[in-house]
Amino acid sequence: MASTSATPQTVPSTGRPASPHPPVAVRVPTRSWGGEMRAVKVVWKRELIRFSRDRLRILTSLMQPFLFLFVLGTGLSKLASAGTHGVNLKTFVYPGVLCMAVMFTAMFSAASLVWDREFGFLREMMVAPVRRSSLVLGKCLGGATVAGFQGVIVLCLAGLVSVPYAPGLVLEVFAIQLLLAFAITAFGVMVAARITQMQSFMALMQMAIMPMYFLSGALFPVSGLPQWLEILNRIDPLTYAVDPIRRVVFAHLKIPNAARHVLDPGVTWWGWHVPTGMEAGVVAALGLLMLGVAILEFSRAE
Amino acid sequence: MQMTDAPTPAVSVLDLVKRYDEVEAVRGIDFDVATGETFGFLGPNGAGKSTTINMLCTLVRPTSGHARVAGHDVVIERDDVRRNIGLVFQDTTLDGYLTAEQNLSLHAELYGVPRDAVRPRMEQVMEMVGLWERRGSLVNTFSGGMKRRLEIARGLLHSPRVLFLDEPTVGLDPQTRSSIWRYIRELKASEDITIFLTTHYMDEAEYCDRIAIMDQGKIIVLDTPEALKASVGKDRIQIQTDDEQAAIEEVMERFGVEATIAEGHVTFGVPEGEQFVPRLFAELSQPIRAVNVSRPSLDDVFMSYTGTTIRDAETGASDQRRKAARMMSR
Repeated sequence: MASTSATPQTVPSTGRPASPHPPVAVRVPTRSWGGEMRAVKVVWKRELIRFSRDRLRILTSLMQPFLFLFVLGTGLSKLASAGTHGVNLKTFVYPGVLCMAVMFTAMFSAASLVWDREFGFLREMMVAPVRRSSLVLGKCLGGATVAGFQGVIVLCLAGLVSVPYAPGLVLEVFAIQLLLAFAITAFGVMVAARITQMQSFMALMQMAIMPMYFLSGALFPVSGLPQWLEILNRIDPLTYAVDPIRRVVFAHLKIPNAARHVLDPGVTWWGWHVPTGMEAGVVAALGLLMLGVAILEFSRAE
Repeated sequence: MQMTDAPTPAVSVLDLVKRYDEVEAVRGIDFDVATGETFGFLGPNGAGKSTTINMLCTLVRPTSGHARVAGHDVVIERDDVRRNIGLVFQDTTLDGYLTAEQNLSLHAELYGVPRDAVRPRMEQVMEMVGLWERRGSLVNTFSGGMKRRLEIARGLLHSPRVLFLDEPTVGLDPQTRSSIWRYIRELKASEDITIFLTTHYMDEAEYCDRIAIMDQGKIIVLDTPEALKASVGKDRIQIQTDDEQAAIEEVMERFGVEATIAEGHVTFGVPEGEQFVPRLFAELSQPIRAVNVSRPSLDDVFMSYTGTTIRDAETGASDQRRKAARMMSR
């Protein structure tokens, strides 16, 4: 009779010799600034590695900007030529399209946090003997770098829509879009702290990002709007990223003053022209605020 | 806290409780794990094993009570505990889009492993689980068993004093399970480490120095596997005959022992199995075609202490086994 299944099975030994080397002694040091910096850096680096592996994502997140810029831009320019004072419509929407590319990439970077939770990797990070703030900061910087890279690709396309490659322009646009990339990633990470399901996260982000995009003035000049739209436009944080980029772009165009006045009126608060530095400050402040909230939320989580 | 002559225990738990709203997942448990021991938590799903391990790993805050791991309080000295423990969870916590090596180096950075120690230590732990050659492969291309081995290697990377393994072999095929166990035992030989694991596989509990059987949030019994099996006190006898029903009746009649059909054979329990077999042949009128005597297993132990089978065991066969085991425990 066969032996009963209740008897324990013995594991066949392969006779593999134990490692001939003595164990390498490792002592994990106590918490230090250096240790936290290493944590920030490695979480940042992971975002970059993952992004570079995901060529499909690089392509798909460029798809929407391309459609807006070349299809919508070309098609609508027939209708809009009367109102643009001879300025190429594609040039006009370029700042908005650049922001869109950055926003979508940043959003997907933040979304990976939801996957991380679902696939368990988040747990590996949460049990590490480092501050949660280091993990969140690394994540936000990583997302910002990746989204900023996407912005650089769109920046390279500037020539195709008659935006000159002036060093000042490139530098300033690069800085502003990087700020935006950081703010949107921080926003996404803040949301991801609460939302545990991918579908809900994506729905929520779409719900936040689409209105933000359409209200921001990415596709229309921000002066002479009906009051309700003007109010919403001024509340929309993205307004303060699109507007300074458009200002820089238009400052480098040789166009009649009338066109400049209509197409690039600049954001005003009760008639006061908001300076570029302050606009950038609004984006940075919001980004930092959301980073703070995200850190709080993750620190509270068990 | 209990006084022991041994140095600080690797794990020491005093009246630990975890309550979730209405449910009391862990209902006041006490135990110590000595340094260097392999200690197993055995119990069905929902017994409170994972909640306990999560409290010891600082992932869940206890409702009340105290626990110290590697000499540090799990609530007050959370970071000190984390530095000194390695974790292998039930579900994988690897990043599949990174290579095996990248996963480990990420871990080394998070734990602040000294830079010059990272490479040799990584080679050592990956060699131990036989994955050094595959270090450049994406983790997504690994099988379930390879992933689990990699997680064990990662859990050891920072030389923890206590390694927690929460159901380390769940969902793996028997061959992979046994190879995981081979690594765990080799590990004991080469590293100075305490192993704390949970399992609901009885055969795996056999490898532990001591086992705590947990059911419904409480530790029911805690001892070595041998002592636990001895405490059941009965061997299991199975016979094959032509007329099983008649044999069952006759066993009852002649020896006063209740028998049932389990695993297709007439099964019953007696204190001294080997000595009983000659009597069986001499006195049973039914011809016996085959006989099997086995020592009590941990299955029987579990049954005799909890009165039920490990609940999530495959249901078909377990009904018969439950009957047989209940009979053994009488």
